[in-house]
Amino acid sequence: MVIDSVDETGARASMPDRPEWLGDTERGLIHTGVITTLVDTVSGLAAVAGAGRFEAIATLDLRMDFLRPARPGKPLHAHAVCYRLTPSITFVRASAWQDDEDEPVAVSQSTFMRSSSPSPALVQR
Amino acid sequence: MTDLAAARRAARERGDFLPLRELVPYAAFLDVQITLDNGVPRVRMPFRKSLIGNPALPAIHGGAVAGFMENAALLHLLLLLDERRVPKSIDFSIDYLRSANAVDTWAACEVARQGRRVAQVQIKCWQDEPDRNGAHPGRTRAIALGRAHFLLGDAQEK
Repeated sequence: MVIDSVDETGARASMPDRPEWLGDTERGLIHTGVITTLVDTVSGLAAVAGAGRFEAIATLDLRMDFLRPARPGKPLHAHAVCYRLTPSITFVRASAWQDDEDEPVAVSQSTFMRSSSPSPALVQR
Repeated sequence: MTDLAAARRAARERGDFLPLRELVPYAAFLDVQITLDNGVPRVRMPFRKSLIGNPALPAIHGGAVAGFMENAALLHLLLLLDERRVPKSIDFSIDYLRSANAVDTWAACEVARQGRRVAQVQIKCWQDEPDRNGAHPGRTRAIALGRAHFLLGDAQEK
């Protein structure tokens, strides 16, 4: 997995194509679990970045809608945006695509619990 | 006989789950294992270092837990239903209850609804609770709950 960018506007990451990512060898489809793993990661990054400070977070839940099949032979990309931040909870939206960001293979919503104080080890940097 | 039918037969008649898993390369990648507990499928993801997402705790990556649970649901359906093709995921939702320790992770699934076109699967995920000496005497801690819808049968062709 490659993290392409992380800032207060969101996070982007990609997953190179690998034969191990298949979920259906007969039809040649990428396993949706691979997309979930990528989206979980990029959503967590967006949640941390959206807080505007380094803090530990815990994922509460994550929902994936698999809109169309993902095909092998090309990478997967994902983009996550933190769209609402409260003192306790961060709300994140994400999508994953292959060729065209406007034709996502999956969309997702997730929520994260924020820590009550900044992480000292990280704040020192 | 198709690969899927042959693999299902090996699993049901001989308890050999490897052919079924080979049909799902991502399940093989995660080294997902199927066992039967009084005839009920239990799915296991053996711990390995590459699953770690947070080295400070250490904890298994939440995305790996989610991917494992999707595989558990899919393999459960492949084993129980007589589908001619691998069911397609429609959606998947996970509630994380606790961080996953650096030990084996287990899942058990239940088909809550099986229609002609869609199946709904509930997934429970847990780990053994270590005692003070680090042994795992059989108490468990739930780490995540999941649910998923899959497209079945002829509806997949459309």
